Amino acid sequence: MIPSLEQLSVQFTRLIPLGAVAPSVPDSAAAAPAPTATPPPSPGPVQSVDYSLKGYHLDVTVSSGQVVLAAEILDQNGFGLDAITGVDWIAQNEMEVVYDYFHPLSPLRVVVRARVPRGHPELPTLSGVFPGANWHERETHDFFGIRFLGHPDLTPFLLPEDADYHPLRKDFSA
Amino acid sequence: MIASNDIPSRTNPQETFVLNLGPQHPATHGVLRIKMTMNGEYVTRAEPVIGYIHRMHEKMGENRTWAQFLPNTGRIDYLSALHYNHAFVGVVERALRIEVPRRAEYIRVITSELNRISSHLVWWSAFLLDLGGFTPLLYAFDDREKILDLLEGVTGSRLTYCYFRFGGLCNDIDDEFIKGTRAFVAQMRPRLKMYRELVTDNIILRKRLEGIGPISAEMCRKYGATGPVIRGAGVAYDVRRSEPYSVYPEFDFEIPVFPEGDSMARYLVRMEEMAQSLRIIEQALGKLPPGPVMGKVPRVLKLPPGDYCYAVEAARGRFLVRTVSDHKEIPYRVKLRTPSFSNLSLYEEASKGMMLPDALALLGSLDLVIPDIDR
Repeated sequence: MIPSLEQLSVQFTRLIPLGAVAPSVPDSAAAAPAPTATPPPSPGPVQSVDYSLKGYHLDVTVSSGQVVLAAEILDQNGFGLDAITGVDWIAQNEMEVVYDYFHPLSPLRVVVRARVPRGHPELPTLSGVFPGANWHERETHDFFGIRFLGHPDLTPFLLPEDADYHPLRKDFSA
Repeated sequence: MIASNDIPSRTNPQETFVLNLGPQHPATHGVLRIKMTMNGEYVTRAEPVIGYIHRMHEKMGENRTWAQFLPNTGRIDYLSALHYNHAFVGVVERALRIEVPRRAEYIRVITSELNRISSHLVWWSAFLLDLGGFTPLLYAFDDREKILDLLEGVTGSRLTYCYFRFGGLCNDIDDEFIKGTRAFVAQMRPRLKMYRELVTDNIILRKRLEGIGPISAEMCRKYGATGPVIRGAGVAYDVRRSEPYSVYPEFDFEIPVFPEGDSMARYLVRMEEMAQSLRIIEQALGKLPPGPVMGKVPRVLKLPPGDYCYAVEAARGRFLVRTVSDHKEIPYRVKLRTPSFSNLSLYEEASKGMMLPDALALLGSLDLVIPDIDR
């Protein structure tokens, strides 16, 4: 069961319009474009990426409600869960949750990302699809305070058991 | 180990009791605690409690330049430091499109594979120690000492190496290292044969490990377990092959795979991997290209905005650095995906219903390094 990049792109493209997600542009949004230059073509929610430059093949942006659907697609295609982590985009008042997937039988690597508002960082848990997500989500909750709805246990994991802070938030200071 | 009845168990308070393993226990090889809910001699739930040596490397990464963070990478999995060096220099080289001289890549492969053997030797001795065999440690540390001496000669340190640089290496290897490494390869082969005859074929060891702690390929995929754990479950997944990096495609080596999925399979994968690493080292020494060991690197490192990943096959499995840059001299975000973390996460499911000594054999066969889990 080794999927091709094209097959996967098609499966994801079918998924995306359901939630009508606005593709977020994490990097170019920070740098204000010069007024004379023509705006770059807005990247779609499903992009194939040059592996040698980025280290992954497919970059999928979904809405926070679609992360489980995306995980199910990848699960059915034989992918394994690599890691879950967050990025605090404090300037845009958003948190990004990044899901990395690897495939044990093929070189294909997929990144799924979803953004949540910084003041209300919540999205569903993946632990029903990938039990390995349990620990990664717990760690992400530790570091960023992102709440994974339906997660069995979000108590501090790597941090001390009485920790009520989230050190990887950009406004955290010790 | 202290059995205690005052910690309420979650399953059946009438028939089970909680056995606290660690955080200071020889079988956990570091400060790992496992809360074991026992039904007599059988494990009903084993819940790892981690974070005792959490150092927040990821936050440190956001507070220093790319070059200043490099020494940190050798202190995450301290037995596999060069592989972690490799992933971090790799991610910067990928983002800045730095070309690394071929000689440097060859030396990276030679030293990384030496590091892999030394790491497996530590696992081997510690694992057998868990199972009650003390003597193998004395042999394995004798061999490991030779590797540490060789690597100390070129890197300057014995364990927490910081030898690779963005664009190459901090210094070239000398003739002494080449001679010493050749001698080590020649010496190590009969030693591996001796290990097989003395330990691997030993009936007591086989009875302790065969059929114990089965982990299926499906479980590895669901939990993201990699390295010898997934290869011991019959899947030939090795980052050196599936996402080739450095000059690994230029060498002829096999990916050892054992389909049984038990603790013995994971044991055999690592033993066979040492022989394969020797093969790679021998080939790399044979065709070591001349030339510089440092490429052209900008004086100030500022990665183009965006995120970059670089994965390597560390001694315990897939190590991934995912980094986000906002075009500043310090990283915006550094994520370290470590193999031991994912490999341990399946322990609760895999150890269910096992007898306690077997559950400890399974724990040892996962080859955990606690700083690698806690980061």
